[in-house]
Amino acid sequence: MSSSIKLSELAPGTEASICSIENDSALKTRLTDLGFYPGARTKALFSAVFGDPTAYLIQNAVIALRRSDADKILVKPL
Amino acid sequence: MTDKIILAGNPNVGKSTLFNRLTGLRQHTGNWAGKTVGSAYGFLELEGRKKMIIDTPGTYSLVPSSPDEELARDCICSEDCDCIIVVCDACCLERSMYLALQIMERRSNVIVCVNLMDEARLKGIKIDFKALAEKLGVPCFGISAARGTGVSELLEAAASSQYDNGSDKFDTHSEPLELKIRAEEICRASVIYAESHNKGRKIDTILTHRFWAWPIMLVMLFGILWLSISGANYPSELLSRLFASLGEFARKGLEYMHASEWLISMIIDGVYGTTVWVVSVMLPPMAIFFPLFTLLEDLGYLPRVAFVLDHAFQKAKACGKQALTMCMSLGCNACGVTGCRIIDSPRERLIAILTSSLVPCNGKFPTLIALITLFFVGSQGGLLASLKGAALLLAVLVLGVGATLACSRLLSATVLKGMPSSFALELPPYRKPRVGEILVRSVLDRTLFVLGRAAAVAAPAGAFIWLMANVTINGDSLLTHCTGFLDPFARIFSMDGVILMAFLLGWPANEIVVPVMLMAYLSNGTLVDMESLADLTPLLAEQGWTWLTAVCTILFSLFHWPCSTTCITVWKETKSAKWTLLSVALPTMLGLGLCFLVASLTRLFGLA
Repeated sequence: MSSSIKLSELAPGTEASICSIENDSALKTRLTDLGFYPGARTKALFSAVFGDPTAYLIQNAVIALRRSDADKILVKPL
Repeated sequence: MTDKIILAGNPNVGKSTLFNRLTGLRQHTGNWAGKTVGSAYGFLELEGRKKMIIDTPGTYSLVPSSPDEELARDCICSEDCDCIIVVCDACCLERSMYLALQIMERRSNVIVCVNLMDEARLKGIKIDFKALAEKLGVPCFGISAARGTGVSELLEAAASSQYDNGSDKFDTHSEPLELKIRAEEICRASVIYAESHNKGRKIDTILTHRFWAWPIMLVMLFGILWLSISGANYPSELLSRLFASLGEFARKGLEYMHASEWLISMIIDGVYGTTVWVVSVMLPPMAIFFPLFTLLEDLGYLPRVAFVLDHAFQKAKACGKQALTMCMSLGCNACGVTGCRIIDSPRERLIAILTSSLVPCNGKFPTLIALITLFFVGSQGGLLASLKGAALLLAVLVLGVGATLACSRLLSATVLKGMPSSFALELPPYRKPRVGEILVRSVLDRTLFVLGRAAAVAAPAGAFIWLMANVTINGDSLLTHCTGFLDPFARIFSMDGVILMAFLLGWPANEIVVPVMLMAYLSNGTLVDMESLADLTPLLAEQGWTWLTAVCTILFSLFHWPCSTTCITVWKETKSAKWTLLSVALPTMLGLGLCFLVASLTRLFGLA
């Protein structure tokens, strides 16, 4: 089993399972609303120039997150 | 019976489409999250009773993150109603289910309505509504709001809406995580997913490509601008000629009725002349631009633009969603200001509001197109000319975007200090634009709107200018006095008193700047005689215009005080005199500063 990495480090095309979100309450609530919660599966899709923001597949929708926010989510690549 | 039905749901699930279908109204819909920022009200006859349907802004959760979500939350939680229809996305049911569960904890009489069933079918997604209804304990329906399928069954349930949802099944106000897991469990039991095709993802990798994204965006925008300019030439000419003959007919009619000379002149030359100019010169390009832009919007391209531009906005310490509000400002600066409600952080929202008038809006385009055509393109017409015109207009637009980024950065560094907040943008699937509906809505709405504005603003402005030009004090008309007063100041910026006055009088609506200017130049205002823009070149040259005057006027047209509607909207959104004044001062100072710079440098190097 691979150890957890930051979501921002997930290579495009790779799937992962979400482990935890850093406890920044506003961000955490927002991300949970959108589907990023421990146990959910996500996949990195594509990035803009400079790698920021990156689009992620989550709960069958595509959500783009900035690197600074994706840094706060820990995932386990599958 | 309160006779009220509330539509709630995630952003971009089709609430407004459903609302339009139920009420017959034409709420603006668009394929991006955040299109609806305020509640809308409409009516529907249901089983003999008149029901009020309330369309709310989309929200992901009842814990709001931005003003539009707060509005939705307040309405959903406190407004008295017979039932709440939670509109869900069949392709994204888990997330929609989360909101539905939250709502069901707080209110009874909930009906779950799963929309976009047609898209789900294409993707091979099947939903077992019996199982869903059993698990949730409320009526569940599958519909396609765009096609109308399933809507009648939904309405039947809504009509008899005294439902008990068995709320003792769920704890009140559960933790978000609990609800998420419950939503997942419910969906696992009732939804069957199939292999997803994702043609859309392939398109996205191209449109957001590290290298190609920007050129593609510029080319698309160039294409739209070029089509608007070249396609409008012939209709403009036709309209001008038509109105000219109508004008002569009206003049003869008034003469026949023995109306006095001055009255005839004021009505025909003043009021009619200005109004007709606005309609025949301003309307055709906009009638083309708007459907094209709305087509892109319906397709779902705008969030991709925000995605690509976000990095630039991050550098400006602002929110990527500002790209979306900037696009809205292209249509109407005031709409861009209200659109800022989709931005979560108050600091970033203010930055977006203050910079919204730095991109040219519907009302400024005609002035820009006219000046560009007159001075930099030439009057022959033809393919090369229209391509050149579109390219220059694109350059002006890019300048506006650049100024937005620069001013956002400036504001972040001075009066609105802070770090960029978190930002999550949904990229909805590409949807086939409903071309017929767009054409009807854009052309009709836009046409009526411009005609309405022409009547309401241009007509009185025309009368006012005519009066100023024909009432004399000490041998000079009032007009000459005013422009003479403004002239020395204006010359510093390589404009003249007439131009400056035209901009001042254009405060109610930017469309009237050019007609007012022309009428002021002409002593008796015979605009009706002009058949095309080409006739203007000798007139302007006579008044001392050079290419430098044109450049500065174009720059000032882009950067000057926002129109009255925008100012009022900024006041309403910020409720602060300080920010409203800043929203006026910022573009004005930028415009004056740039003109001064350009004028001085040009003179310094002896170029004009």
